[in-house]
Amino acid sequence: MTWMAWTPITAVFFTCIILMLIGMGIWQTVSPTVPRRGFLPLITTRGDRLFISLLGAAYIHLGWLAVTDAALWIASIIALLWLVCIMRWG
Amino acid sequence: MNKITNNKAWFLVLPVFLIVAISAIIPLMTVVNYSVQDIFDPQTRFFVGTEWFKQVLEDTRLHDALVRQIIYTGSILAIEIPLGIAIALTLPRKGWGVSACMVLLALPLLIPWNVVGTIWQIFGRADIGLGGYVIRSLGISYNYSQNPMDAWITVVVMDVWHWTSLVVLLCYAGLRSIPDAYYQAAKIDGASNWAVFRFIQLPKMQSVLVIGVLLRFMDSFMIYTEPFVLTGGGPGNSTTFLSQYLTRMAVGQFDLGPAAAFSIIYFLIILLVCWVFYTVVMNAGKREEQ
Repeated sequence: MTWMAWTPITAVFFTCIILMLIGMGIWQTVSPTVPRRGFLPLITTRGDRLFISLLGAAYIHLGWLAVTDAALWIASIIALLWLVCIMRWG
Repeated sequence: MNKITNNKAWFLVLPVFLIVAISAIIPLMTVVNYSVQDIFDPQTRFFVGTEWFKQVLEDTRLHDALVRQIIYTGSILAIEIPLGIAIALTLPRKGWGVSACMVLLALPLLIPWNVVGTIWQIFGRADIGLGGYVIRSLGISYNYSQNPMDAWITVVVMDVWHWTSLVVLLCYAGLRSIPDAYYQAAKIDGASNWAVFRFIQLPKMQSVLVIGVLLRFMDSFMIYTEPFVLTGGGPGNSTTFLSQYLTRMAVGQFDLGPAAAFSIIYFLIILLVCWVFYTVVMNAGKREEQ
């Protein structure tokens, strides 16, 4: 695995993503998702909302890096709020 | 009728998952790892956080390449999709002409990308190429190796020549799947040709058009070989697109960290555009069905 040049931060990042996917898989088995329409202008399943949240989180971080030199953890908090909003009301 | 569900069938997907993991997911994870490090080799590396991302986002040459890429892809889609639909509508539906047209249309798709670049490089030359010679004979000043506009037109025409066939074949497949009953009903209702196209053919082609547009978008947004062979990214940087810029960064300058950060941004742009496009088109289709 040395050739993959792992760092602790990227290892934690991918572990979180994998755990999230496993969690969503278990959640789906226990309680299958029902497509619904929230504030987003489309009908979404739970998986759709997770995808939108993660993609949005990536863009929030990139946008933050592009426009400001302020600490990145602020962008991470915004991304987390975005994720909660999309998953709950999206 | 009750639908039979058998979750064991998911195991059949396992080989595909393994292949995708090895060919796509693991390399992508490696790129993410590289993007946060100043890396010389896997043993000699330093963590730099988001420095490469910031550097790439502030790089004006990258912004220029992105603008060129968007204009190029927009032009390609604006030409190839309507042209592909128009050609598909004019193709014969039965007889020997069908096979002949299919073979002719498939020919450009069979030619390797670097060969396409070489063909057009020679074809466009005024001294030995037929295309360049004819254009010059018409009194038009044309030199794709010196004039940026000529280079642009040549690159776009080359792509249209190479890939419109794909759109035609997809649209033709979509048109062939429409039952005759639809046309007969339209005829009874006295529908015009435009109405038949708008309310029967176009909706029925929707799913193949989604595939066609997505394939053409992704492919033209990642184009490398043909412009590289034809113009080498020039004159100047006028036909240097994102993938050429990325290759120059990663292979030419061996800046693996910034190249990895750039790759991730590139990937995210393609992912976002494809998702938005797919969602918009599929939702429009559902609304139309309702």
